[in-house]
Order: sequence, then structure tokens, then C-alpha cells
Amino acid sequence: MKIWKFIFKRILQTIPLLIIVSFISFFIIRLSPVDPLAELRLNPSISQETLQREKTRLGLDKPIIVQYGLWASSFVRGDLGVTSSGEKVSTKLAERIPNTLVLTLIVIFMTWIVGVPLGILGAVYNKTNLDRILTVLSSVGMAIPSFFFAILLLIFAVKTGWFPVGGLTSFDFNDLSFGGKILDLTKHLVLPVTVLFTISLAGLQRQMRANMLDVLDSDYIKFARAKGLSEGKIIFKHALRNAINPMITLLGFEFAGLLSGAALTEYVFQYPGLGRLILEAVMKSDINLVMASLMIGSIMLVAGNLLADILLILTDPRVRGE
Amino acid sequence: MFKEILKDKFAGPALIILLVMYLCIACANFIAPYSKDFSDRAQAYAPPSPVYTVTAEGKLSLPYTYNYVRVFEPKLYQNVYKLDKSQKHYLRLFAKGEQYKILGVIPCSIHLFGTDKGGRFYLLGTDINGRDVFSRLLFGGRISLTIGFLALFILFPIGLLYGGISGYFGGWVDILMMRFAEAVMAIPSFYLLIILASILPSNMTSAQRFALIVVILALIGWAGFARVVRGMVLSIKNEEFVQAAETIGQSKLGIIIKHILPQTTSYVIIAMTLSVPSYILSESGLSFLGLGIQQPDASWGNMLKEAQEYINILYRPWLLTPGLLIFVAVLCFNLIGDTVRDILDPKGKLR
Repeated sequence: MKIWKFIFKRILQTIPLLIIVSFISFFIIRLSPVDPLAELRLNPSISQETLQREKTRLGLDKPIIVQYGLWASSFVRGDLGVTSSGEKVSTKLAERIPNTLVLTLIVIFMTWIVGVPLGILGAVYNKTNLDRILTVLSSVGMAIPSFFFAILLLIFAVKTGWFPVGGLTSFDFNDLSFGGKILDLTKHLVLPVTVLFTISLAGLQRQMRANMLDVLDSDYIKFARAKGLSEGKIIFKHALRNAINPMITLLGFEFAGLLSGAALTEYVFQYPGLGRLILEAVMKSDINLVMASLMIGSIMLVAGNLLADILLILTDPRVRGE
Repeated sequence: MFKEILKDKFAGPALIILLVMYLCIACANFIAPYSKDFSDRAQAYAPPSPVYTVTAEGKLSLPYTYNYVRVFEPKLYQNVYKLDKSQKHYLRLFAKGEQYKILGVIPCSIHLFGTDKGGRFYLLGTDINGRDVFSRLLFGGRISLTIGFLALFILFPIGLLYGGISGYFGGWVDILMMRFAEAVMAIPSFYLLIILASILPSNMTSAQRFALIVVILALIGWAGFARVVRGMVLSIKNEEFVQAAETIGQSKLGIIIKHILPQTTSYVIIAMTLSVPSYILSESGLSFLGLGIQQPDASWGNMLKEAQEYINILYRPWLLTPGLLIFVAVLCFNLIGDTVRDILDPKGKLR
């Protein structure tokens, strides 16, 4: 029962957090000199009716605090307004969020599958040539600017013609069979996943190596060695479990980093994700869209951290204070 | 500490490379054959100039180059560059070129290298406006390699003070301040970065824009740093020397600044060296999107903007050189940062 109390408490904590986030993002955008409806007014295909409805929804003639209240209450009700081209913001977001989620989840899954074993290798073979090579490789991985790497991969894709350039689906996607659709999606995902994977793998490998080194240095590992336990058992049964716990907290941070890192990668590959959406919205100064995607991005980040914390509560008794 | 860094197999060379880079950008006026704004529209996208040391007759000669002429090729329906072989232009060290001012006062027109009169020498080709890429790399480096440091010098005092106050006072102050910092951290940093950059008015001078980009970069990172500082302050504030300072009546702010914060120095140095690269990357990413440093100013990020077009990356690979420099600079900073951490924090306590 105690576990549930902890989890419940942790979930409750996110609510004030999100309220403050909404305050910050609302005031940053609203205090800027940009007129939130300028783009809508310029678009001839937007009817006066829509414009009027947006005006009352945002309460632009009222004081800023009231405006915030109006915006927040319509946000909670799921009414996010219209984009500068007259579409509903909520449908636009619903299109993009799954794409970004797919991309980040694949990347997280792959980095864990590859990064954790490489981190263990680095720690177990500490200070050997293998470890040095891994360290150099991870430094290189951390130093590549994501957009530059993406451009290099684009050259590669154009020159070899192995991978489609840009987007998530081919133009004939709807005519393909189920298997063909999966293959098409995979082909489009390979390049963006490669970029994000390379960059986040480096950080994860280092963290895992450092954790593992810490644990291998502790007294109970020395004791296990002294009583003659096999090296495999020491590493996988005793050390790994303790080294991997701090990594779960890192999961939340990794998710945050990926959301940010994905924006540039999505932009270069023309991938239809949340990051590119917010970029386009910013460039067109489409205020409704910017506000909504900023909030959604933050909610995703907070949710990611929350999940990581809950996982940690479930796996690590020390967090629960037992 | 310098000695220890220099002795390291990776960090030593990295430090030397970085020092050379900073020296180059400091002397950009002298090393660059052209100024940052020099442009020849007739020479847009000219490839790097070839250097010959053997003449057509097979004799050795001083290094020379030919100028490019743009010729319209009707068959390909495009402009191609051909070498104008009628006139040799010898390369010279300490050649006369455009005038610039040493330290902003002493006028001078000697450049490290150049050609004799009438020649053009593009070491790394030219960009869309016919500007010399090599020269712009040097001037762009001035912005790209300094902006991260400047942001850090704004961010660290703020983060230190914020974390210090939050940790030392505790109670409600702590809860409120930390909730706010967490909220800032909960906004995906790159999203916040582009939004802040996009609300900058467009009619600013380049110096104002540079300053504001620095401020924006600083606004992104302070929260995470302040949180770590707060954690350290929490454990330091119960030490005896803090109690002693309290007993003799030192003011609270005085205790934080004079007694508690100096204890965090090693962590601050480590965090600083490790976070320079991320600011270099942020600036270049921002400029790459066209939201950071604007033309005609050069930065490595906005120079890479041209590499967004397929034709450019396929046929004009010299436009990718800024990316290579960002990579090298960031790699060097990372290697040095790791070594600094190993020196100051050998047991990994601060991580």
C-alpha cells in the first residue's frame, strides 16, 4: 500500500508544476510585441466569424491575468484555437505527437539495448584499450552537432539512393499493402533514428560506465570477490542491479534531451514531428500553435519524468524509505 | 592544472588545438585574406582555388594560382567555373590587401597570405554571395567560440546565487524557488530557445542581437545548475564554519556568498568546462535555423544554413567546413572537460 501512496503523491506534485509552466510560457509569448492574431487577420480565407471567436476566446481586450485565465480554461477543455491557416490546433497536434513519440521511443529503446552493455564493457575492462576506444567513440558521438550529422546522412542518402529523403511516408503510402507500409515507414525512420541514436548513445554509455565503476568499487563487491564468486555472477547478479537504478532517473532526462534534439533533426529530415511543427509555428509567428505545442512538449517531458520516477519507486526500495 | 591537462594523451592535444583556434580568431583580421563583408557577386559558389607549384612545362616554380571565370555552359544550362590560364597569380606571404585596424586603432593592410595584384585566392571557395568561406570561418569563429563563454558568465552567478539562497534559507523560500526552477526545466529547452529567439524584434543592430542571444542562452541553463548548487548548499550549511559565521553575526547573504558558495568551486569549474560545448551547439543550431546570428554577420551556424540545400551539399562540399569546425571545437572542449573533472574530482563525488 505504501507504494501507491508514494506514486499518488508524486502524481499530485506534477499539477502545480504544470501550472507554473503554463504561467511562464503564457507570459513569455504574450509579453512579446507580436500580435497573436496578426497572421489570422492577414489570411483572406479566415472568416470574420472565426476571427471574432478567437478574439473572445483569448479575451484580447481584457487585462493579461484574465487573458491567462481564459486561455488556461479553454486549454483544459481541449479547445486550443485555430492555426494561422485556419485548421484546428488540436487536430494538427494529434497528427504530430505520435510521430515524435514513435521516433523518441525507438531511439530510447535502442540506446538502452546497446548503451547499457557497452557501459558495462567499459567499466569491466576499465583502462584497457577497449575502454579507451569506447571512451573516444563516445566523445566523438557527443561532439557531432545533430544537424550537421543529419546533413551528412542526407548526402549519403542522396548519393546511394538507399533511403528516401525526408518525410515519414512515401507519396504512394496509402496504396501499399500492410507489409509494404511497415517497410516504407522503417526506411523513412532509419536516418533520423541513426542521428538521434548516435548522439544519445554516447551519453548513456558514459553514465552506465561511471555507475558501474562506482558499484564495482564498493565493499559488497569486494566481499563477493573475496568469497570466490564467479566474475559473471558478480557483475550480472550483484553489480548490474545497483548500477542500473540511477539510470532510470536518467530515462526522464533522456526523454527531455531527445525532445529538444529531435527538433533540429526533424527539421533537416522534414520529419513531420512536434519539433518541426513548433519550428514552423515560430517562424510563421503562429501564436496559438506555438503556445499549444510548447505546453504539450512540457506535458510530455513532465510525464516522462513522472514515469521514470514511478519506475524508480517500484524498483528501488530505498526511494520508498523502506 | 594546465600541466596536468597538457600531460594527458587526449586533453593535451585538445587544449593545444583550442588555443590555436582562439589565436586564429583573435588575429582573424590578419590571417583572413579578405574581410568578413568582402563579396564579389560574379564569383558566387566558386570552388577552392587550386595551387600549382609545377608549371605546365614541368618546371618547379613558386606557388601560384589562376583566377576563376564564370562561363555559361549552354549544354548543361548552368554556370561553370573555369580557370583563366592566361594570367598566373603568385601567392605571397604578408601580402597587401584590404585595410583593417589592429585593436581597432592602428590601420594596417598586411595579411598573412594573399596573391599579387588582380588575383583572387579562395582557400575554401566562396558562398552564395561570393564571399570567401575561409575568411568568414575565422570571423564566424569569433562569435561561435565566444558566445558560450559569455552565456556562462551570466548564467553561473545567477545559478549560484539562486541555488545558494534557496538552499540556505530553506522552508517556503526553498519550496517556491525550487518549484519555479523545476518548471523552467520542464519546458523542453530547445523549444524555449527558439521561442525566445523568435520574439526578438528584427530591427536590432548586430551587437544588440548578439547580446540578447547570449542572454537567452543563459536563461536556458541556469535552472538545472541552481538545483545542483542548492543540493550542495544543503549539506554545507550545517558545517561548523557556517555556524561560527552565524554566531559572530555575519549577514545571511554574506554567509552564502563568502562562506558557502566558495565551497562549491570545484563543481562550478567542472560544470563550466563541461557545459561550454552545449552552448556552442545551441548557438550554432539556432543560427542554423536562421533565428540566431543574422547575415551579414558570420557564425558557424548560419554559414551551415546554406548546406541545407541538396545541390549545395552534393556539388559544393566546401560549404560544410563550418560543421567540421564546430565538431572539432566541441570535441576538444569535451576532452578537456573530462580531464578537468578527473583532476578536480578523482573519486566522482560531485557527479
